[in-house]
Amino acid sequence: MKILVCISKTPDTTAKIAFADNNTKFASDGVQWIINPYDEWYALVRAIELKEANPAISIHLVNVGLADSEPIIRKALALGGDEAFRINADGSDSFYVASQIANLAKEKQYDLIFTGKETIDFNGSSIGAMLSALLDLPFVSHATKFDVDGEKAVISREIDGGEEINKVAFPLVVSCQKGMAEQRIPNMKGIMGARTKPLQVIEAASISNYTSVVSFEMPPAKAGVKLVSADTPEELVRLLHDEAKVI
Amino acid sequence: MSILVFIDQSEGLLKKSSFEAACYGAETAKIMGTDAQAIVIGECKEDLSQLGNYGISKVHHITDNNLQHFDAQVYSNVIFNACNSIGAEVVIFSNNTTGKAIGPRLSVQLEAGLVSGAVALPNLTNGFIVKKSVFSGKAFANIGINTNKKIISVNPNSFSINKTNNTATVSSLQVSSTSSKVEVLAVNKVTGDIPLGEADIVVSGGRGLKGPENWGLVTDLAELLGAATACSRPVADVHWRPHHEHVGQTGLAIAPNLYIAVGISGAIQHLAGVNRSKTIVVINKDPEAPFFKAADYGIVGDAFEVMPKIIEAVKKLKSQS
Ligand SMILES: Cc1cc2nc3c(=O)[nH]c(=O)nc-3n(C[C@H](O)[C@H](O)[C@H](O)COP(=O)(O)OP(=O)(O)OC[C@H]3O[C@@H](n4cnc5c(N)ncnc54)[C@H](O)[C@@H]3O)c2cc1C
Repeated sequence: MKILVCISKTPDTTAKIAFADNNTKFASDGVQWIINPYDEWYALVRAIELKEANPAISIHLVNVGLADSEPIIRKALALGGDEAFRINADGSDSFYVASQIANLAKEKQYDLIFTGKETIDFNGSSIGAMLSALLDLPFVSHATKFDVDGEKAVISREIDGGEEINKVAFPLVVSCQKGMAEQRIPNMKGIMGARTKPLQVIEAASISNYTSVVSFEMPPAKAGVKLVSADTPEELVRLLHDEAKVI
Repeated sequence: MSILVFIDQSEGLLKKSSFEAACYGAETAKIMGTDAQAIVIGECKEDLSQLGNYGISKVHHITDNNLQHFDAQVYSNVIFNACNSIGAEVVIFSNNTTGKAIGPRLSVQLEAGLVSGAVALPNLTNGFIVKKSVFSGKAFANIGINTNKKIISVNPNSFSINKTNNTATVSSLQVSSTSSKVEVLAVNKVTGDIPLGEADIVVSGGRGLKGPENWGLVTDLAELLGAATACSRPVADVHWRPHHEHVGQTGLAIAPNLYIAVGISGAIQHLAGVNRSKTIVVINKDPEAPFFKAADYGIVGDAFEVMPKIIEAVKKLKSQS
């Protein structure tokens, strides 16, 4: 079985969010980059667990990004990917990025494609669903559990107010979230091995952007907290009722 | 040309987020000088003409045997066919789990640019620009859609429902569908609970509550307020509470009217999931807890002493009203 895991590069969760060039670009100076947590902790680690249970599985990684993505791709290889592809483009439009990945997937014929449920920077939640449309494959979103049962996958997925258990034949696309796997850190052997694992750079296909970022803005600052004494918590209830009118 | 709003339902009942999407669609239609129509897929227990109250002129109801269970592939194919038959140019979803699964699929099929997580109406003064939440609620981006057809999915709880008194015409729409490749083995609903993403009020607990045996402080208040319950990540990690309650950058992002945080420090990753809440209340014994900087109201105090008094005061308030 061949699994493709889509890996996005995002700012670290503690990164300061600020914008440059007249609020048209994310100010990336001094920002630490990480693998998007959903892609790493859930999608990639679950793929690695599947491979540990069945060594015949191979795990390919794909990132649509420029050369500065390579450290996070190497980290994903250190965790346990077998082979990586970097499609050389700076994509911010979901359709553009998904189309690039779909081109690779059409050529390699994967049985399973994993994405994170969304990235923590653009929060688009789009790549998995778009891939499934571009490849005309079934799509199971927000997966919290994934197991292989013969020729089929058994997947738990979050729905509003509960969960659903699905069974689907391969090939398919799955977006992953919490519950799929536990976070791991790469070990020394993985880090050493990652240096020699294949990382192939592919030139991007020419594809038009459906959307473009016009500008960014920061939310208005909060007015400041109104503190109520711990001796009179009922005053808080009064304020929420009379002043904020939220209860 | 028309605007089509996808109305999401659960077990035959319309979701609150669908009414928000309908109102968003109706307002967008006004800006564009057209009308807003709606599409409902699958059997529904409710009277669909009520969607007129939310600005919808016409409801297209599609039912057939392939559509009994939600499936992203089948549903997006059906909506695609419906868009073509109705002549829809702009499609609106709620950005909930259903909208996230279909919106981007439809985007590819319709060749329509998608903005997911919209927080404001489109601005048409210079192109077609939609403001969306980015960096997990820490900022906004204005996104231009370059394609002729457009899809917008609206963040739950970010667009207010404006109810009027109108009736929509309802008719059934025949479009071809395919059978699902996804077999549904089981559906486990957390019955009685309010879906966290849609809740108006959320009461949330952190590690400061010391253990699952103390969660009555959170659940009792939530029950009185008709609120959903949430928790910080470490609380879900050690299984004091179920994973689906985990809010924050790596959990669910929510935007209720009122978020009450009890014994949560307010780490940046936690704030990322809750900072779009309209009013934030923090109860923490540490005056230096970072959460107070993001709060509207707060009590510096021991939750074990403060919470029972708050619960009493809310009981009293509820008995008076
Ligand atoms: C990549 C990454 C992603 C993350 N994603 C998330 C996420 O999505 N969501 C999330 O929540 N966290 C996330 N975290 C973890 C986050 O950094 C914090 O560690 C976590 O939010 C802390 O949870 P807490 O506030 O419950 O616990 P603590 O930080 O331990 O805080 C407990 C608080 O309770 C207070 N307290 C103690 N006793 C009492 C009492 N008796 N009465 C009142 N107050 C009391 C303390 O003063 C303290 O402020 C993430 C971290 C990383 C690195």
